[in-house]
Amino acid sequence: MSIIKVEKLTLVYGQGTSFEKTALNDVSFEIQSGDFVGVIGHTGSGKSTLVQLLNGLLKPTDGKVFLDGKDIWANPKKIRNVRFKVGMVFQYPEYQLFEETVYKDIAFGPKNMGMTEEETDQKVRSAAEFAGLQSDHLYKSPFDLSGGEKRRAAIAGVIAMDPDVLILDEPTAGLDPLGRDVLLSQIRNYHNMRKNTIVLVSHSMEDVARICDKILVMDHGNKKMFDTTENVFLRAEELESIGLRIPQITKIMHMLKQNGVNINANIFTVEQAFNEIINYLGT
Amino acid sequence: MVRNITLGQFIPGHSVIHRLDARTKILLLIAYIVFIFCAANYISLLMMTAVSLAVVLATKIKFRLYLKSLKVILLVVLLTGILNIFNGSGRILWELGLIKITEGGINNAIFVTVRIAVLVLISSVLTFTTSPSDLTDALEKILKPLSIFHIKVHEIAMMMTIALRFIPVLLEETDKIMNAQKARGADLESGNIFYRIKALIPILIPLFVSAFRRANDLATAMECRCYNGGVNRTRMKVLCFSGLDLFGLIFSMIIFVGVIVSNLCIPAVVR
Repeated sequence: MSIIKVEKLTLVYGQGTSFEKTALNDVSFEIQSGDFVGVIGHTGSGKSTLVQLLNGLLKPTDGKVFLDGKDIWANPKKIRNVRFKVGMVFQYPEYQLFEETVYKDIAFGPKNMGMTEEETDQKVRSAAEFAGLQSDHLYKSPFDLSGGEKRRAAIAGVIAMDPDVLILDEPTAGLDPLGRDVLLSQIRNYHNMRKNTIVLVSHSMEDVARICDKILVMDHGNKKMFDTTENVFLRAEELESIGLRIPQITKIMHMLKQNGVNINANIFTVEQAFNEIINYLGT
Repeated sequence: MVRNITLGQFIPGHSVIHRLDARTKILLLIAYIVFIFCAANYISLLMMTAVSLAVVLATKIKFRLYLKSLKVILLVVLLTGILNIFNGSGRILWELGLIKITEGGINNAIFVTVRIAVLVLISSVLTFTTSPSDLTDALEKILKPLSIFHIKVHEIAMMMTIALRFIPVLLEETDKIMNAQKARGADLESGNIFYRIKALIPILIPLFVSAFRRANDLATAMECRCYNGGVNRTRMKVLCFSGLDLFGLIFSMIIFVGVIVSNLCIPAVVR
């Protein structure tokens, strides 16, 4: 069943002024419940605009967004409920922390939803665990944490709302390679356990290739592709024409295959490639 | 929401007004404001209004943007206008108990309304057509004589430049933080006044934290580039007077003389 359906979505910033700019142009697609979708594209391709439309932070100039089959703007007064169902982690989410303790900050979302103390407590603790925060961090001031820990706390703040759809906008921006790897695999684990829908926005093909099942490619406000990761990477040349590159390791595997090495070329991580080549050499 | 503020916004262009020296514009703005309040009869008021409108047109900026900045003070203008109707002397036109409308009152109301509207219009002309850096440069030059009283003019100008420079940045930041908290279910639009003030905390705290962080970063960056105040600094863009400025000054002088003459010849309708 499709959880999010987008129809002919168009968004124009500053309509009617001299700064008019079309950020999104006639985009339609459907996301199935339980999908793990990566949204990829260059800076200014409309990725961030698109995801802000999905949870009703922006109102489309034209077109519609359906959540569970219902138009989210049918009743603008109920838009908060949409935001509870579609959780959104912004770029550099650590700048939204404000409470005295990490615990209170994570509890902000659940409290706004009207959960009881007990429910909130349980959500906060499980969210902190999913985000990889140690329990003694919960009673520290968020401003005393390190950069990476702040990011985790902020992500936990959204996970605590237990959304059906979790949107993450560039969650790994500014993290070191190790921090990035850990965070990505935690997001994947979270998805595997909760079986909810995740939309991950990134400009790094490597990141998206590693953890996403489907990829939505955006270019200058237009939808270019929306398919499974394997199928998208088969169109490497098209991707390169809009300035995106398939992961290096996938490219190498494609080249090996073209040169007559009989291997599976749908490989996105060095580890998988290593195993595949060992297998090939063994046979 | 915060993007709708036009007051203080710079709109790039190449019109005659854009090309005037910022110093000329500031001095003329002050002079125009003085004279719009000096104009005491309809002829001189009309003269000042016509000239201001001509200047507004000469900027070649869409009139709608001016209307937007007028809209901000609409309430103030209407309120003072209405209050002034009842405050005046002279021939009584209409009377109900203690309330009376007089000829003087109506004159007062018209003058106050037009004066404030024109004031806002020509102030917008200055900010719309002058980039913030030109504006502070010009202010620094104009205030230069104060440095003999040991007032650090350059530092004040630098502070103003930085403040102006960071207005859009902070607005954008506010927007982002508001969105982030709204995504977590923050309710900013309903409830009574105390509830609303409380709802601002999740926005103000991150905003202050990030403002201090930015200030700190900026100070470090300036120190890394060996910034040390105003002595012997040269500028990339040097302000210079041109024939255009001379023309603007002479033109304005003629208008001002006109206002003075008409004030002397025709009896004043307002104080």
